[in-house]
Amino acid sequence: MEKKRKNSRLREIWFQLKTNKLAVVALIILIILIIVAILAPVIAPYHYAEQHPKDSYAPPSAKYLLGTDKLGRDIFSRLIYGSRYSLSMGVIAVAIAAVIGITVGSVAGYYGGWVDNLLMRFLDVYQSIPMFLLCVTLAAILGPSLRNAIIALGICTVPGYARIMRATVLTVREKEYIEAEKAINAKDPRIILKHIIPNAMAPIIVEITMGVGSCILSGASLSFIGLGAQAPISEWGAMISDARSVMREAPQLSLYPGICVMLAVLSCNLLGDGLRDALDPRLKN
Amino acid sequence: MLKFIGKRLLMLIPVLIGITLVVQLLLEVTPGDPAKLMLGMNATPERVAALREELGLNDPFLVRYGRYIWNLCHGDLGNSFMTGRPVFSEMIQRFPYTLVLVCISLFLSVVFGIPLGVFASTHQHTWKDNLAMFAALFCVSMPAFWFALMLIQRFAVKWRLLPLSGIASWKGWVLPCVALALGFTATITRQTRSNMLEVIRQDYITTARAKGVSEVTIKYRHALKNAVTPVIMVVGGMFGMMLGGALISETIFSIPGLGQYTMQALNSRDYPVIQSSVLVLSLLFAIVILLVDIIFALIDPRIRSQYISKRQKEARTDQKKEDQEKGAAHSEGR
Repeated sequence: MEKKRKNSRLREIWFQLKTNKLAVVALIILIILIIVAILAPVIAPYHYAEQHPKDSYAPPSAKYLLGTDKLGRDIFSRLIYGSRYSLSMGVIAVAIAAVIGITVGSVAGYYGGWVDNLLMRFLDVYQSIPMFLLCVTLAAILGPSLRNAIIALGICTVPGYARIMRATVLTVREKEYIEAEKAINAKDPRIILKHIIPNAMAPIIVEITMGVGSCILSGASLSFIGLGAQAPISEWGAMISDARSVMREAPQLSLYPGICVMLAVLSCNLLGDGLRDALDPRLKN
Repeated sequence: MLKFIGKRLLMLIPVLIGITLVVQLLLEVTPGDPAKLMLGMNATPERVAALREELGLNDPFLVRYGRYIWNLCHGDLGNSFMTGRPVFSEMIQRFPYTLVLVCISLFLSVVFGIPLGVFASTHQHTWKDNLAMFAALFCVSMPAFWFALMLIQRFAVKWRLLPLSGIASWKGWVLPCVALALGFTATITRQTRSNMLEVIRQDYITTARAKGVSEVTIKYRHALKNAVTPVIMVVGGMFGMMLGGALISETIFSIPGLGQYTMQALNSRDYPVIQSSVLVLSLLFAIVILLVDIIFALIDPRIRSQYISKRQKEARTDQKKEDQEKGAAHSEGR
């Protein structure tokens, strides 16, 4: 029974989403990117760190689809492996942020009073530091590496999720079914986990979809300034950073990874827009 | 109104204390010894210990935090570990560059973003709207640093129209400002459009149409005026994001502003500089948010009315009482 009901809800969202062509295209692109990321070692003709010193700056050919960089590494393979690092950067950072944000937001929204006040004042201070500045500072202090960049990104994007969750929980809390739960003396954790959070998920899902995009973007920026993925890892931002020093000799090297970042982020944003309309058709313009 | 401003100013104090505490705590948990960093790899342990004592790094956390706050109140942000120069004077020197960069970019985004958003909303359901919206989403999704590199490649390397970096003449400002402004222009466009579309559905627009106001007046006076106020709020938040963007922008274009200073300090773990940069940039952000709130309160009568002065309030209640008494007398007379 339970499963069937969930399915019908999903089908309803899918039905709404289907009408938005751009969102469907974005979803397909994202699925392809995820498959490419998972199957990178199978698809990529070379390993991302494999050097062919004789073929430095080789032009695009059958052997190297998009040419090679200074060390003779195949750009195409590096891009494919890059999707692994860039996507995981976005997904893991958002997972960290969303879990903390949802917890903080639902606790603050459900209990209200001084708990709410304390948590929200804390978030005020948090958000008064420009987000990217905090992120860069954290990443630098933790030490430059892919893992630390993800942690920094995750920690810095918590407030957005917490605030949205709190706002939704405030409205869900007043619903009759919550009152009914309380009337049968259900425990608070049960109410929050089984009733509040599932019913407050819609805006968070949209935020998460968009958040993956913006985390990929910020993650690329961190790698670009040397605080994210370290050589020879071919994260897209790091690839642009590598290409920067040889912009005169090989301008195309910075072009491809940039397009990849843009494609991934654009797809996330389009899907997020589509999901928002599908989950709440009233907002649709 | 003064009460409103006073209240908002008071709220700034806990935020500032919070920021200093957060920054101090961050540096507390940082691995690595600044004294060792200052002296280099092959320093003797005795010298490191002596320097730690001299810098006061051995004191307990609260003592150091107290000392930091005490110095802060005297306008002393400490000396840079790397250069030994006072951070405060260095920051004052660099501050104008960042301010100019951010303000020009913000100006550009508002000047282009709002008209574009209005244009898109007035052409809803046409290819013009779709194109503008897709372009805006495209620009939002583009990494700003990558766009900056592409601009450099075209305008500086290939066509040699503009300088590669540095700000020797006005030409040097063009690329950094355009690169920083692009994403924000797109955000403002999207925001303006969705606000416009929301406002156009309101009852007062229907009323205006019903009484025969021309479509142009409706769009640009009735609708735009109401749609633009929330955009101002967005612009305030954007200022903070731009300060973050300035970190990268200034590094790419070698502009000697606060962003570049911060990045250098982060790379060399220059603690006093990192601390002060975060503090100063956050303070700047907080002040801008405060200004936006005040402007918003001045524009929006709904907020203004909550904070009318006492005398005005009394005058109003007196007026009400008088009316009521008059009404009562009137009905008694009947």
